[in-house]
Amino acid sequence: MSLFKVFNVSGSAVSAQSQRLNVVASNLANAESVAGPDGQPYKARQVVFQAQIDGADPASAGVRVANIVEDNAAPRRVLDPNHPLADENGYVTMSNVNVVEEMVNMISASRSYQSNIDVMNTAKSLLLKTLQLGS
Amino acid sequence: MLDRLTQPLDFHGAALLLRAERMRLLASNIANADTPNYKARDFDFRAALSQATGVQGGSAMIAAAGDATRDLPATKTNDAHLPAVGGGGFAPTMQYRTSLQTALDANTVDLDVERANFAENTVRYEAGLRFINGQIRTMLTAINGQ
Repeated sequence: MSLFKVFNVSGSAVSAQSQRLNVVASNLANAESVAGPDGQPYKARQVVFQAQIDGADPASAGVRVANIVEDNAAPRRVLDPNHPLADENGYVTMSNVNVVEEMVNMISASRSYQSNIDVMNTAKSLLLKTLQLGS
Repeated sequence: MLDRLTQPLDFHGAALLLRAERMRLLASNIANADTPNYKARDFDFRAALSQATGVQGGSAMIAAAGDATRDLPATKTNDAHLPAVGGGGFAPTMQYRTSLQTALDANTVDLDVERANFAENTVRYEAGLRFINGQIRTMLTAINGQ
C-alpha cells in the first residue's frame, strides 16, 4: 500500500527540517557569543540535505541530513575597548553568525515542516476513508 | 459469476492505486523542497491508467470491466490460447517536471505547484472512493432486493 510510504517520506522530511531548526536555534543562541571554551569564536553551522532514494523503489524519495558543515566566514569584530576579552586594538572577536540569514532559514524550515505535516494529515484522512470503504 | 459482481470495481480500484502512487511521488517532491540538486518528478496519469487497465482513453470503464487479467501475468500453455490483454501493472513512467523558475541550488521543486497537485490528487482519490462506495451500495441494494 503506497499511501503508507507517504508517512516514511514526509516523516524523514519532518525530522530533517527539525534538525535544521535545531541548528538555526544554536546559531541564533550563539550569535553574540565571544569565545568558546577553546578560546575560538563560535562558527555558524548549516545542515546539508540529501535525497534518500530507495534503490528498490525509486518513486519515493525521503530526505536526510547528509552532514553539518561549519561556516568558515571571517568572525565579526566589534570595537569595544572596555570588554574584558578585547585585544590590544580594542576589538572583540565574535561569532560569524548572520542573524538575518538565520531568521530566513528558520522561516523556510518552519514552512517546510508545516507542508510535510499537512501531507501526512491528508494521507491519514484518506487512509481512514479507505478503511471505511463499503460501509 | 461471482467476479461479475466485482468487475465494475476493478477500474476504480486501479485508478485508486495509481492515485496513491502519485500521492507518494508528490509527497517526495514536497519532502525534498529544500534538497539541493533534487529534480521534481511526476507521471502522466492518463497514460499510466490506460497502461494499468490495458485500455486506451474514452470508454475505459466499460472495456476495463471485461479485463480480468490485469493483476496476474498470464502464461500461455497452448498456441490456441487467446493473448492476455493489459497486464501493464502499476509501474508508471516517471518524468521530470520542467521548472518555471530556476533556483540557485538546481532544485526544481515549486512548492506551490506541488501542493496544488497534491490537493487535486487528494480530491480525485476521494472521488474514486465515492465511486466505489456508490457501486457497492448499488450492488447491495440489488442483492437485498428491497
